[in-house]
Amino acid sequence: MIREALDILAGWSAIDLWIVVTGALAAMACAVPGCFLLLRRQSMMGDALSHTSLLGVVLAFLAADKLADLGWLAPAAKGGVHHAIMVAGAMVVGLLAAILTEWIQKRGRVEASAALGVVFTIFFALGLLLVRVAADKAHIDPDCVLYGTVESAGIGDGVPEPALVNGIVLLVNLALVFLFFKELRISAFDPGLATALGVNARAMHYALMAVTAATLVAAYESVGVIVVVAMLIAPPATAHLLTDRLGRMILISLVVAAVGALLGHAMAVVLPRIVFARLGYTTVGSASSAGMMAVASGLLFGAAALFAPRHGVLSKSLAQWRLGLKIAAEDLLGLLYRLEEHGLSAHGAAAPDLLQRALPVGRLTAALASWTLRRNGSLLVTAGGYRLTDKGRMAARGLVRGHRLWESYLAKHFPLPPDHLHASAEMAEHYLGAQLRQELAGELAETAKVDPHGRSIPGEKDKA
Amino acid sequence: MITRTLPAPLPISDQEHPGSCPLSIHDMTVAYHRRPVLWDIDYDAPPGKLIAIVGPNGSGKTTLIKAALGLVPAASGEVRFFGMRYARQRGRVGYVPQRESVDWDFPVSALDVVAMGLYGRIGWCWPVTRRYQREALAALARVGMADYAHRQISQLSGGQQQRVFLARALAQSADVYLMDEPFAGVDAATERAIVEILRELRSQGKTALVVHHDLQTVTDYFDEVLLLNMRLIAAGPVEQVFTSENLRKAYGGKLALLDEVGHKMRLAGGGQ
Repeated sequence: MIREALDILAGWSAIDLWIVVTGALAAMACAVPGCFLLLRRQSMMGDALSHTSLLGVVLAFLAADKLADLGWLAPAAKGGVHHAIMVAGAMVVGLLAAILTEWIQKRGRVEASAALGVVFTIFFALGLLLVRVAADKAHIDPDCVLYGTVESAGIGDGVPEPALVNGIVLLVNLALVFLFFKELRISAFDPGLATALGVNARAMHYALMAVTAATLVAAYESVGVIVVVAMLIAPPATAHLLTDRLGRMILISLVVAAVGALLGHAMAVVLPRIVFARLGYTTVGSASSAGMMAVASGLLFGAAALFAPRHGVLSKSLAQWRLGLKIAAEDLLGLLYRLEEHGLSAHGAAAPDLLQRALPVGRLTAALASWTLRRNGSLLVTAGGYRLTDKGRMAARGLVRGHRLWESYLAKHFPLPPDHLHASAEMAEHYLGAQLRQELAGELAETAKVDPHGRSIPGEKDKA
Repeated sequence: MITRTLPAPLPISDQEHPGSCPLSIHDMTVAYHRRPVLWDIDYDAPPGKLIAIVGPNGSGKTTLIKAALGLVPAASGEVRFFGMRYARQRGRVGYVPQRESVDWDFPVSALDVVAMGLYGRIGWCWPVTRRYQREALAALARVGMADYAHRQISQLSGGQQQRVFLARALAQSADVYLMDEPFAGVDAATERAIVEILRELRSQGKTALVVHHDLQTVTDYFDEVLLLNMRLIAAGPVEQVFTSENLRKAYGGKLALLDEVGHKMRLAGGGQ
């Protein structure tokens, strides 16, 4: 199956390349404002803007046609000028939507999302209506608006227009972020202070809305309204999981966007032929590249959500599991130390069994705990059972010392009965480093010799 | 309609004279949705003092600070910092918002946040150069947080976060500070650190107005107090103003008529 996939990919042509380049440029251009929308918790604003700008585009088209009819606009100059008019139309309508949303929210005393929902559905409906009404005048194909035409990107010679348009938008966006990085950061993080310092956070909000709308419109033609939303939010959300610095987040979101486009097109080419062929549908040759790019962005996000070093689900549970293991190992050390104190050693009893009987841990955890201790040289297996090495005894003494210091500390400051002390100390002992133990001992002064149960508190170092 | 129920605002002199009064509020009324939350505030802050802004929940303490900085529009009245409009004195005014007002998951380090206090001086479009980073680090060191400079801010405790905010205000090197509940939810060590910083500021002749909740510590920490409950109840030196009678006025028995008129104005304004 992999071989089959590679065979298909070997037939990669210039057209495929341009599809990927166009998709990647569109996704990257969207990711830049997307990062700020995400951080401002306005991801849905992107969704709304992608819908409302349809109205802007249609109005701009109609206006351009009118201008051409009046002879103010040379029909020959349509390409570039049309793009500019479209982008301008979307910016104006996008801004209008943002302002109207805020106004409804204030006047109507409704939630921001409710106001947004009202505005963008109305604008989108108006846009669709105009598309149908004016379909014969302006050459707007509703399907093309919804799903985009990335597949036709590579047809023709030279750099295809959609790639050029998205590339320019990407460059403009990057330049804006480079220039206004400080101002964007502070108005997203702390609008109050930003405004107090003279960076009007509301003006920055509207500027971001306008730039987003313009970016979306440029991306539409290649990937379509629906997919654009995924491109706007998924790569920044993925990047947010992978880093905790804003600059790096933007860079990573660019990489994720590009990889998503590449992966998406590859999936669109390969998957249908392999999957559908197996299912018996031989007529399906390929899937929508734009759609698959959105799917790929989603998959990349899923992977990041699972495997991200700090925020990922797996790494979090791995860290939890490691902590559990560390605690079990330390409990075993403490147990052996206390047995030695009583003049007993763990004769004959295997440490895992011992730990399991004494402490609420599973068989596997207990076995792993004793294995890690043996590996790092804290524990020795002898014919007579399990013994602490000098290194292990050092660590164990620290633990037991921490445990008893903590009990004394609690007993000194809270009027607790002695049987209430142990459980808390059992938890705290794993987090009391040498420095905290020293502070505790200092605070307890002379009383730091014997714990509330009458057992002596061992010193940091062996006196012998 | 509403303008007729309010007396016409007195002609206010629009003049600005550089002066020594760090914050002067004249006849300021602030309304949300036509419902006044602050009525006719007149206040002149004495220079070089630590001033507590005290009052029950919803008494307009935060609004007072925000309106002074122009973050919420005032329905009437005027505010001067050292005799001038805020827009011309930004560099001399430091602001510490409430800790809860920002998203602590935001991808920035403690140092990045402190550097924000320098943005006003750095100016638009210029990057935070090494010189400013050193300055930010020095401010962090002043609150005992230099070791945490490169931590992402969600990894800090509440008290540490509050210290970062304080360091950011210090980096602004302002002459008057407006702080919104810097003591809220902080540990004992942070509380001591904040008090120390406040005293240091005072010894440098600076003024701080601090929204404060803990009535027990007002006398220890502050020189002056401003008692607020939708209107200014009393203001002045702690020993004169912080009396049980004034506190009763501020906290006890809400001013029923004030509430009622406010409610009527809101209804008349068409709000629900």
